[in-house]
Amino acid sequence: MKQYETVIGLEVHVELATRTKIFCGCSTEFGGAPNTHTCPVCTGMPGSLPVLNKKVVEFALKAGLATSCRINQYCKFDRKNYFYPDNPQNYQISQLYLPICHDGSVEIETSAGKKTVRIHEMHMEEDAGKLIHDEWEDCSLVDYNRSGVPLIEIVSEPDMRSAEEVIAYLEKLRCIMQYLGVSDCKLQEGSMRADVNLSVREVGSDLFGTRTEMKNLNSFKAIARAIEGERERQIELLEEGKVVVQETRRWDDNKESSHAMRSKEDAKDYRYFPDPDLPPIHISDEWISQIRSSLPEFREEKQLRYQEEFGLPPYDAGILTESRHLAELFEQTAACSVYPKKVANWFMTEVLRLMKDQGMEPEQIRFTPQHLAALIDMVEKKEVSGKNAKLVFEKIFLEDTDPVAYVQEHGLKIVEDTGLLESTVGRILDENPGPLAELLGGKDKVMGFFVGQIMRQMKGKANPDTVREVLLREVENRR
Amino acid sequence: MAGIIDDATMENVCILAKLSLTEEEKVKAAAEMQKMLDYVEKLDELDTRNVEPLSHIFGDRNVFREDVVTNGDNSVSMLANAPKSKENQYQVPKTIG
Repeated sequence: MKQYETVIGLEVHVELATRTKIFCGCSTEFGGAPNTHTCPVCTGMPGSLPVLNKKVVEFALKAGLATSCRINQYCKFDRKNYFYPDNPQNYQISQLYLPICHDGSVEIETSAGKKTVRIHEMHMEEDAGKLIHDEWEDCSLVDYNRSGVPLIEIVSEPDMRSAEEVIAYLEKLRCIMQYLGVSDCKLQEGSMRADVNLSVREVGSDLFGTRTEMKNLNSFKAIARAIEGERERQIELLEEGKVVVQETRRWDDNKESSHAMRSKEDAKDYRYFPDPDLPPIHISDEWISQIRSSLPEFREEKQLRYQEEFGLPPYDAGILTESRHLAELFEQTAACSVYPKKVANWFMTEVLRLMKDQGMEPEQIRFTPQHLAALIDMVEKKEVSGKNAKLVFEKIFLEDTDPVAYVQEHGLKIVEDTGLLESTVGRILDENPGPLAELLGGKDKVMGFFVGQIMRQMKGKANPDTVREVLLREVENRR
Repeated sequence: MAGIIDDATMENVCILAKLSLTEEEKVKAAAEMQKMLDYVEKLDELDTRNVEPLSHIFGDRNVFREDVVTNGDNSVSMLANAPKSKENQYQVPKTIG
């Protein structure tokens, strides 16, 4: 069999996290009762007038500048005409002729190393409504709450060659959008959607094969499976001497196969024309530099800084910066602690562990940075045992409890009362003549048993180092 | 102008517009569409090679609204426009992707 290369380009739709829709003052909130966030504009009533949400332009500019795009300082909206019940105007307001951003790129990293994926263009458009099939009456029902929710569509060049590269690209885009705060980019909830354009060609060829477009990909795993499935399907056709038909295909992740939806429309079939309702947009140099100066420190920069500032290994720096929210919580905690490296350790172990146990997203973590810093302070001053500190941290993590007050109230503070400790040690030694004999006979392992017994008696409120010290002294006294 | 609305074009237009026409209706529609094209063909007489396409006749630019929710729940009055509705949703003929 011949050697084939897969050529992949992506169209990624990102739902923007504005409060209102792109052309009207309806809420974009997810999950409202059907049609409760609709008005004449987003249901395409005749005579209604769309007015552009300024935030959409700002978010699109942020996304474009963060991906090294050039900005079309004069841009406008076009109507894309097609008939479908989820599109009440019978056209979608989008941008064809002068998209807001173009010619950008992002750098991705895979097991094969670093690579640049070029972005052809990025444009603003409105989302469609949601159509569900009603089995009872054999009809369809439409909810227009999503109609008019702002999107940016990011169109890449056909620069990717494998599922691994595609996923690295999507993760990179998601990370950038989340850091910018322009979208939460959840594939499962549809706030990030990727259509995969894929073709195959013989290795060494400069020509592109006929491509298909794959839709309905709701997870990274589904994307990887769909790419593998489509690559095999196209190679099989070519090997049999058949041709690949240019079409849109729908991936069914349960069946792990795709089927043709429709032959791909040409741009001319959509009869695009400038939307006369929406005046053009002029983006001034000042506006661009204002947006540029508002861009946050991105993940790569943070990763390098963490390695230098906190002496973190690259892996740890990578984990802590995956989410901007987590990174900022870490930075705030580190800033109010005299033990910033310990803060990093606590994040890498306890914070991540509890997040996983609770099935939480990093964005959902809420605790006051000063609380964790105060707890770490107590641990380092040996005022709270390590074991108890973990329990206190659970309280901080789940209920944002003040650790100082909690430790006080629950008597978890390590007791400095050496008299109590000495009498406890003496009692434990008296109660365990067997192990004591072993210890005196030189069996050092028994130390652990005694320390454990004493700590339990002390309810964790003793400093293990002190316990060890007192224990050794008492044992020596009994020789 | 020679008829450019041939059968294949008519077929494509029907697909795009989601219309199912009878043969007679197709013949009638093709003739009418041809008439419209002939009418606007008059514009071809102008030499527009050096004319910028006009998309907006007013000089307005940057007409924006702030990102503030101004609309509440209009579902009752909105759905009153629908010929048919069910469970707070617009009811339409069965449509699958």
